[in-house]
Amino acid sequence: MSATSSDNGYLSGSNLERVLKAGHFAVTGELGPPQSADGEVIRAKAKLLKDYCDAVNITDNQTAIVRMSSIGAGTIVVQEGMEPVIQMTCRDRNRLAIQSDLLGAYALGMRNLLCLTGDHQNFGNHPTAKNVFDIDSLQLVQIVSNMRDEGVFQCGDAFAGQEPRFFVGAAAAPFADPKGFRPYRLAKKVKAGANFIQTQLVYDVEAFAKYMEKVRELGLHEQVYILAGVGPIKSPGMARYMKNNVPGILVPDELIERMTEAGAPWKDKKKDELTKEDKQARSKAWQEEGIQICVELIQQLKKIEGVAGVHIMAIEWEEAVKPIVEGAGLHPRPAVEAAAA
Amino acid sequence: MIVAEQKPLDEIKSLVGDAEKVLVVGCGTCVTVCFAGGEREAAITAASLRMASKLGGKEKEVTHLTVQRQCEWEYLDPIAEQVGEADVVLSLGCGVGVQAIVEHFPDAWVVPGLNTSFLGLPTEQGVWAERCAACGDCLLGLTGGICPIARCSKSLLNGPCGGSEDGHCEIDPEVPCAWQLIYDRLKAKDKLDVLSELQPPKNWQTSRDGGPRKIVREDLLLRAEEEA
Repeated sequence: MSATSSDNGYLSGSNLERVLKAGHFAVTGELGPPQSADGEVIRAKAKLLKDYCDAVNITDNQTAIVRMSSIGAGTIVVQEGMEPVIQMTCRDRNRLAIQSDLLGAYALGMRNLLCLTGDHQNFGNHPTAKNVFDIDSLQLVQIVSNMRDEGVFQCGDAFAGQEPRFFVGAAAAPFADPKGFRPYRLAKKVKAGANFIQTQLVYDVEAFAKYMEKVRELGLHEQVYILAGVGPIKSPGMARYMKNNVPGILVPDELIERMTEAGAPWKDKKKDELTKEDKQARSKAWQEEGIQICVELIQQLKKIEGVAGVHIMAIEWEEAVKPIVEGAGLHPRPAVEAAAA
Repeated sequence: MIVAEQKPLDEIKSLVGDAEKVLVVGCGTCVTVCFAGGEREAAITAASLRMASKLGGKEKEVTHLTVQRQCEWEYLDPIAEQVGEADVVLSLGCGVGVQAIVEHFPDAWVVPGLNTSFLGLPTEQGVWAERCAACGDCLLGLTGGICPIARCSKSLLNGPCGGSEDGHCEIDPEVPCAWQLIYDRLKAKDKLDVLSELQPPKNWQTSRDGGPRKIVREDLLLRAEEEA
């Protein structure tokens, strides 16, 4: 992969980097911090994910809703013995704040970073806020890569002491428009210095395989670790919502039908005839099917050349990660010693 | 052009307050073309204020006039007398016009009748759209003549983000994705290679972020000896 400048052959030495470099199929998860200052929420979620993911993404005010900071929550995750992937968006911070926060994150033990543009504040709970977008996600990738590899801040000044050495990630939206440009924008992220990529949710494996074909043609799979994004569907309604309302997510009708079919035993009852027990049982049936679909997706994605792992997004449903990872035959997670490099 | 729209009458009424003599000043340039503050709008606004005050029980003396260009002091000289007689001047110019009157006639009390919206153009009868953010460092040469600063919701330089769908921006189906437009245009012109260049962080100093802006052209300054 890209040039290394540390003594041990690793860019950051993070667990995620070690697992990927050793050639294992990596698993990352996602942990959404609470809209409160309650650290116990983080501890409880970390316990659910700990033995099932190599590292866990901590979102940064996702969907522009104010939550506990990614670095704050990430610190608790480190204390719990788990490795975080700090998500950093460009929406709320300018280049000074971003670099400063990353120095702090590194000092607190964080080693993985996912660079994102960030959801527009229109979608969140403070739509009247001023956004920043001083830099974009590609520029952020370049800045943190340069901090590590060149030992300089964005302005070009050199570090006086320890530079932050992050394993630098970026996102990819394979199915967003303009589709023809997406593999090339990924190439641009690689050029900016990305070490790993986590993609938007993949439900249409065929479409993703086509995207990966182009990615291989550009030789990108040999320069960056690509983790395909997956997530369990909770209900047919959620599947339809994603298909119709979320840009860049393709949900094949077949999957919506499978989810609908899972709830078939209750389909003849009208809404007001469903008892609480009915609803619970139907919800359980949907969830089981959603987890099963996710397991199958992982198994199919694993076969695509250039897919180095999966990123499981089960926000507010962290319990689902264990059966998904186990079901996909990805448990136990490998232990790669730092000295093995 | 500078595109503006009129404030609601209730807001204008409250800005005018108890003043008895009101002078409505229209502007003959940008805001005339976008039907927000020209001669016609000045007349209508004056009539509306007059009528509203009459209904309120105390009819105001509302007059109106329009200057060719409210944003230049010399065009304001001819209205000095009317401004001097008014208790309040309601400017139907853009934000520049309002301030030009304030600066030229420090004794006058001036309030805005418009909200200055953006720099843009009419795309069809009755529709205006933003085109320029006046960032002070034009990069249209890199983007096929389509401005991502003014037209991308995130002002991205290395777009599009993942929220581009069917040619529109995720914040609103009515908003075209600037980066889709850029991509389509560069593709049509066989210049997609431009997009493989990683654009570095922008220097926002030339934009509002560098503080209030000013241009000094040494070659155009009236030298002290010439002035004397």
